[in-house]
Amino acid sequence: MRRRIPAIALNIVLVFIAITTVTPVLWMVSASLMSPGEASSFPPSLLPKQPSLQHYEALVDRLHIVRYFLNSFVIAGAVTLISLFINSMAGFAFAKYRFRGRDRLFRVLLTAMVIPAQVTMLPLFLMLKTFGLVNTYVGAIIPGLASIFGIFLIRQFAYSIPDSLIEAARIDGASDFKVYRSIVLPLCRPILFTLALFTFMGTWNDFMWPLIIMSDDSMYTLPVAIANLMGEHTPDLELMMAGSVVTIVPVVVLFLAFQRHYVRGIMMGGVKE
Amino acid sequence: MTRRSLTSRTNRNAAAWLFLAPALTALALFFALPVAFALALSFTDFDIYALGNWHFIQFVGLANYARILETPLFWTALRNTFYFVLAGGPLSVGVSLGTALMINSRLARFKPLFRTVYFLPVVTSLVAVAIVWRYLFHPAHGLLNYVLSWVGISPIDWLGNPDVAMPAIILLAVWKNFGYNMLIFIAGLQNIPDELYEASEIDGAGAWRQFTSITIPMLAPTTIFVVMITIIGYFQLFAEPYVMTQGGPLNSTMSIVLLMYEQGFRWWSMGYAAAIAFVLFAIILVFTLLQSAIQRRIQG
Repeated sequence: MRRRIPAIALNIVLVFIAITTVTPVLWMVSASLMSPGEASSFPPSLLPKQPSLQHYEALVDRLHIVRYFLNSFVIAGAVTLISLFINSMAGFAFAKYRFRGRDRLFRVLLTAMVIPAQVTMLPLFLMLKTFGLVNTYVGAIIPGLASIFGIFLIRQFAYSIPDSLIEAARIDGASDFKVYRSIVLPLCRPILFTLALFTFMGTWNDFMWPLIIMSDDSMYTLPVAIANLMGEHTPDLELMMAGSVVTIVPVVVLFLAFQRHYVRGIMMGGVKE
Repeated sequence: MTRRSLTSRTNRNAAAWLFLAPALTALALFFALPVAFALALSFTDFDIYALGNWHFIQFVGLANYARILETPLFWTALRNTFYFVLAGGPLSVGVSLGTALMINSRLARFKPLFRTVYFLPVVTSLVAVAIVWRYLFHPAHGLLNYVLSWVGISPIDWLGNPDVAMPAIILLAVWKNFGYNMLIFIAGLQNIPDELYEASEIDGAGAWRQFTSITIPMLAPTTIFVVMITIIGYFQLFAEPYVMTQGGPLNSTMSIVLLMYEQGFRWWSMGYAAAIAFVLFAIILVFTLLQSAIQRRIQG
């Protein structure tokens, strides 16, 4: 009985924060279905009088949103696949091999994580410009090829693979690559999946690098395209909301579908050794 | 030691380096090399003419750094960025800790649901939600001012008034980010052994006493980690002002990274922009060293 009032108060606060958190997202979806000008009225309308998909149609017909969607998808997909391969090999080597300088090398990598990516962007742009890689998928993918965080995550996970398993395979004559492919990769599947989610969603949402490297309209990713649309004209509010929905929905769906896997990555990255 | 085991050991080493080769090559070419190149760039007058023909590049020593110190706009950007970090950072960590404590409480219902909802903004695209918030902040027909009018607050020109533009951006950043640190705090709270609380309950400690003498000290390592990643992330403020205010009004939301972007990629003063990037790096480095010193003191 003594607990009753605090419990009610606490849950009311939790509900209040939840409403605050989802309102902007729900309003975005709702406004994207309104007719032009409807959302900019006073008092603000919360639900569309006559829901219509006209802004989505305009995005597809006039504003090449399908192209931007594909650009985002290709870049995020390629970064995910390639970096997963590269990071998992490195993480495996750090976890299961003893070679000279291993621990020092790993410490150097961890230390390098304090360098903000922005420091590399100016020279990287000049380098890629020299090689004609501005406005190309390759140019957009390059900074994401290897990630120290990814190597770290896989190394932590690969530690738990029993050495005896690897030794046994070697005695049976398996090559190092065979061990990696048929023992390490399958056993690391959970963390690989987590890392794939992180990488895909992170690359999808990335803004500054694609903004720099993609100057040609047809190569924009979704965030760059909608930011540009926002800056160039003063577009319809409802149209901008539709663009935001298209940008946000894929990652939100991925998150809701694979929440458990995503959260595990935060826990592993967040809990110090 | 037999010869066979020796050779196989050498082979092992070779295999390890082969596994590392792609990652190390990528990191060397596209991370380490650009960092070194950026440092060199910051000592040159690389500008739009040099972009066309690299023969125009001249070594200028520390002139770019001197110019930074003389530019009022840089000091404005620095002040704004510190404002964002020092006001937004603690606020964000505070909200994260508060929600983590509430969700972790025995009294809370529907915990997984609340956790998911609170985390949702974290995964959204910053650009997209910045656009949404730009409209929510609209002085005449934005939802925020409408809700505030219910409690008698007169309309605020959120993004048009230099005094409130940065607080508005902080509001968006806290909304977007608190769920991430909240999850780390929840993990930290769940790592505190229940026995500690049970023992102190036997000793007659109340809830507040338990919070200050068990929860807070046990959460210290988590808190330091969270504060560190938040500060490092917040120093890189860019997309919010780029999308919502373009640094305005009256440069009140101009950040270091936005200034670097504009100097480097709009005006092509890349030498100057590289120097700005290194100032940012130096600031982040100082904060990181500070954090690890605090961490050592607490753990040692």
